[in-house]
Amino acid sequence: MIIRWLLLILGGVLLGGIVHLATVILLPRTATQDAYARLTPIAPVNTVVALPAPTPEKAIMPFMDPAFASAVCRYDLSQGPLKLRVPVSPAYTSVSFYTRNDVAYYAINDRAAGRRVIELDLMTTAQHDQVPEDEEITAADRLIVESPTVTGVIAIRAMAPEPGLMRAAQAAIAGARCGTAQPEPPPPAPQPQPQPRPRR
Amino acid sequence: MRLLIGTLFGLAIAAIVGLGLTYLSLTRGTAFGGLSIDSWTAWPKSGTTDADPYVRASIARSGRLPTAMGDGVSFTLQSDDEGKVLDGRCDVVISGVTPVARFWTMTLYNPDGALVANSTNRFGFTSQEIVRRSDGTFEIVVSPRASAGNWLPTGGVDRYELILRLYDTAVGVSTKAGREVPMPDVMTRSCP
Repeated sequence: MIIRWLLLILGGVLLGGIVHLATVILLPRTATQDAYARLTPIAPVNTVVALPAPTPEKAIMPFMDPAFASAVCRYDLSQGPLKLRVPVSPAYTSVSFYTRNDVAYYAINDRAAGRRVIELDLMTTAQHDQVPEDEEITAADRLIVESPTVTGVIAIRAMAPEPGLMRAAQAAIAGARCGTAQPEPPPPAPQPQPQPRPRR
Repeated sequence: MRLLIGTLFGLAIAAIVGLGLTYLSLTRGTAFGGLSIDSWTAWPKSGTTDADPYVRASIARSGRLPTAMGDGVSFTLQSDDEGKVLDGRCDVVISGVTPVARFWTMTLYNPDGALVANSTNRFGFTSQEIVRRSDGTFEIVVSPRASAGNWLPTGGVDRYELILRLYDTAVGVSTKAGREVPMPDVMTRSCP
């Protein structure tokens, strides 16, 4: 009789281990409050949206660095590759790429880019394979990044090493553009003031 | 009947053990795979596609975007060098130097990842704002009461954590604790 219950407990614990592993692996796919879900209501697809600075009362995501001006581009590559253009701020600018499940797969900063403007093309592996080889050579100065997922988020962040430099960082971020690849658009007019957006 | 009760009993144990382990591993922090230097811990792999399922689940649950490799690395501090949990009612002194990085920031959050309200609206320091001694070392006083020098207010909360983010740094996945990565010392000086 006791052996029977011990076996049941052992079986339960083993099954519990499987439940544990399954829930950990499935959780990212079912999370309703992950970063991508938090950004969805405020960030239209394939557009750069400046994020309000985090405050003690309200922040779009937890653990945001208050020394940075940040913007996101929530992308969808199903209509074609994405072109990203980020003017760098005086201090430090970085562009980080995340999959739909918030896994960081690539990041570049202003020094690694080596120019005043970070410019790159984002595409899926299938789209990259379709790029003609000679075109890739002529476009060798353009950086091509492959996204593991069709959708995801690009985080654009510019540092304000002192509070007085926050305005310059925000201005740099405001000049960032992302969009599906079109014939070269005219350079957009700089927008020093981020657009006011409705609070949720 | 005995079979039914037995099966339900086994399944109940499976649910409690399985979901309990998941909950604990995601709320108490994932201890493995981290880079611990003194009391500071970083998960450099959380900023790469090599992130393990625990890190991925923890990121999805918290709703943050991790610091990507190539951007920088984040070190979290939850207790002082003697293992005492950081208490917002005490004076905690952070002193020394940081690993080489182009910039760093140190920010105070409550355990949920929100900034902590205070009268001076200071939530952290950047490497450029900090006042240093002539030998290049610095001292930050994390305390509910105003203090001379680099004062980081806690707002009097019970628990908080500090995050030291190194930007554009060589510290990363292949880093081992050692002399190349000197982290600041953390001492609780006085508690009311």
